[in-house]
Amino acid sequence: MSAPAAETWLQVRPEGLYCVPGDFFIDPLRAVPRAVITHAHADHARPGHGAVLASAETLALMRARLGAGAAGARQQPVGLGEALTLGGVRLWLAPAGHVLGSAQVAMEYRGQRVVVSGDYKRAADPTCAGFEPVRCDVFVTEATFALPVFRHPRAGDEIVKLLASLALFPERSHLIGCYALGKSQRVIALLRQAGWQRPIYLHGTLMPLCRLYEALGVPLGELRPVIGATKAELAGAVVLAPPSALADRWSGRLADPVTALASGWMQVRARARARGVELPLVISDHADWDALNATIDETGAAEVWVTHGAEEALVHAATRRGVRARALRLIGYGEEAGEDGGEAP
Amino acid sequence: MKPFAALLERLAFTQARGAKLALLQRYFAATPDPDRGFGLAALTGGLRLATARPAQIRALIAARTDPELFALAYDYVGDLAETVALMWPAADEGAAPPGLAEVIAALERTPREAVPGQLAAWLDRCDASERLALLKLITGGLRVGVSARLAKVALAGLGAGGVAVEAIEEVWHALTPPYGALFAWLEGRGERPDPAGAPSFRPPMLAHPLEADDFARLDLAAYRAEWKWDGVRVQLAAGPGGRALFSRGAEDISAAFPDIVAAMGFAAVLDGELLVVREGMVAPFADLQQRLNRKAAPARLLASHPAAVQLYDMLFDGEEDLRALPFDARRARLEAWFARARPARMGLSPLLPVAGRAALAALRDGAREAGIEGLMLKRADSPYLAGRPKGLWWKWKRAPLTIDAVLLYAQHGHGKRGGLYSDYTFGLWREDGTLVPVGKAYSGFTDAELTFLDRWIRTHTVARFGPVREVEKTLVLEVAFDAAQRSTRHKSGVALRFPRISRIRTDKPANEADRLDTLLGLIGPGKD
Ligand SMILES: [Zn+2]
Ligand SMILES: [Zn+2]
Repeated sequence: MSAPAAETWLQVRPEGLYCVPGDFFIDPLRAVPRAVITHAHADHARPGHGAVLASAETLALMRARLGAGAAGARQQPVGLGEALTLGGVRLWLAPAGHVLGSAQVAMEYRGQRVVVSGDYKRAADPTCAGFEPVRCDVFVTEATFALPVFRHPRAGDEIVKLLASLALFPERSHLIGCYALGKSQRVIALLRQAGWQRPIYLHGTLMPLCRLYEALGVPLGELRPVIGATKAELAGAVVLAPPSALADRWSGRLADPVTALASGWMQVRARARARGVELPLVISDHADWDALNATIDETGAAEVWVTHGAEEALVHAATRRGVRARALRLIGYGEEAGEDGGEAP
Repeated sequence: MKPFAALLERLAFTQARGAKLALLQRYFAATPDPDRGFGLAALTGGLRLATARPAQIRALIAARTDPELFALAYDYVGDLAETVALMWPAADEGAAPPGLAEVIAALERTPREAVPGQLAAWLDRCDASERLALLKLITGGLRVGVSARLAKVALAGLGAGGVAVEAIEEVWHALTPPYGALFAWLEGRGERPDPAGAPSFRPPMLAHPLEADDFARLDLAAYRAEWKWDGVRVQLAAGPGGRALFSRGAEDISAAFPDIVAAMGFAAVLDGELLVVREGMVAPFADLQQRLNRKAAPARLLASHPAAVQLYDMLFDGEEDLRALPFDARRARLEAWFARARPARMGLSPLLPVAGRAALAALRDGAREAGIEGLMLKRADSPYLAGRPKGLWWKWKRAPLTIDAVLLYAQHGHGKRGGLYSDYTFGLWREDGTLVPVGKAYSGFTDAELTFLDRWIRTHTVARFGPVREVEKTLVLEVAFDAAQRSTRHKSGVALRFPRISRIRTDKPANEADRLDTLLGLIGPGKD
């Protein structure tokens, strides 16, 4: 191979993954002059950067979460698939299927192509564009659920479980913990797909992002703030709240709630029990074990860099299939309280 | 298998009794015969199946998955059946899972050595939740927090009119899975099954824990006192129709205690405490545990761990129901009967003097030897009522003892707490400045403390031996326990009864933890 080793132009630095010729970081962990952001989750989209390049939706979500002042001094929206060149590096974004606006970062330099996945999933999601595999030489993949016990069921089947519980306990509120960005809107959209027409009640912190999703073209049906709802209205109702708020006192107004949590971690019972959940819903916005491995193979990459989770198992499995694999050991992702159930691996 | 698996999954996360009842009732109402009857039997411990050992399950998964990946996954999940259920490669997407009745019928005729092969074929037809149900069923580890009593309460509400749960208890031991006649009766399609004189279980009377202010208010003159024996509460039911020894939860444990059953040549229903007694001395609870949960008792064990019963109460004398009589009258009947019958392996639990609060408290605190947990206080006029009626019977356990110990090793818990480090070995200082392990605790902590301990262990590991992590010797745990007994089986020379974590002492440096000598000083007199 005549191309230089990817490590020579794409390096792990304390701030995060750095593209040397392009002079930018991808999802840096602290404020930097130039950042490319895969998606608006707080562990990927940190405040205070100089220039920020991302999808228009990601930029809108960042402004809503961080405040316009902290979401990058200069914001450069780029459409999915639209290529530009930075310091000799050809760069474009491809859909990642994780949350609205989420993207993979594809880069070409001196005939070599590297794709950084960001967070991604392969399962269908009515609230965002589906993942598109991009052929590449080096694939930098997340590994949040990279253990062979994580084989997530169809999200629709989990919604069927929720509806069965609503039918069995028609007097009880069903309080579902879901991360504010992405998971909440996906759960609402899945409920609507399954025919749940009634108003869905939201903890105060979820409303702004749901409204923004709707403004960005994702309809969610009738949403009401839980504040101000009567006990009678909340009996048998679906109520969404961030996972961190499940045990709070405000939920005292709910009618004998069935506490649910929508997260990929719910696949392991001890994790669900540790959260005190009565109805675990295995709904994940990350690729499961089978999807991670299938995606690595689909990219055709000869080399895989693994970050963000259970690196050891995925490196082992990829190596067994003849793919060169190593762990990047970037520290700081997936640790935001609340993301996908609020638990770092 | 699907409805049963879905039921187990919900029950595994449901704490509230009312919600458990709703789930059980829906299962019984919506699942056809004979599957629901086998489901009922599985929940109430009424199945005797050819089972598979953990080593056989490991061999099955080893043949289908990468051993390194399995090790990583098992370490993360902590529960073998769950790891296998989640990892098992999906085979036939379209295949229907086996029904519960099909599984049970096949297991009854499958020779033990063919069970793993049969199990693998079934696993190929199941999804993850069904695989877990199947594995738990076959390894005998359902444990979903449903007592036989609760299942019967759910059954009592099944039909349009409902029946009394006591009426179900009375016919229960004459029935066998899949309980077709029972469901027919409950749903108004058939006659009440005939118990035909078979010994039947009567719901026992239970006591409330006595708190300090309850004690201050108690009118002691109206109460009788007995030892609270540290064994297992049992009911002995015998008559012309047969003999049975029941646990407090209505489980028939006769097969494990043929020595007791052989001594039941009488016609009566008695309430008592099961113990292991050697030469008149009550053995530590751990010895009784060796006899429990067995399908049969080997002769060697019967000789080395002889069982006995301390009798508390009499529910039936022959056909005569004594339960409405006051405690004193029943006691008199029990004593008179005992003097006549003189059953082997049984004794009358003595009535203790009630000579004022101070004397009673001293009696309780003085009872440190093996076999006694504290006192029972029972109203002299109390009838024998099912359940836990208020204000009639009190259990007054002596205060727990505590030591400050150093955390030495940790292991994953199983089942409920799989995946988290919830099994702790702790130790005390010896003369020579080394730490010696004195016990293991698996309980007592809050969820928040469990999370703290799990994190602490992961970040302070100094060595790993298979599933065991050795940790830095820096964390002090306050451990509560009920009694300390001399033991030759323990390196420290002492065994603790029911040790549990009472507090995490992050405020205390490890060198200030207790010394082994201090613990040895707590061993009660009278037994060595
Ligand atoms: Zn994310
Ligand atoms: Zn992430």
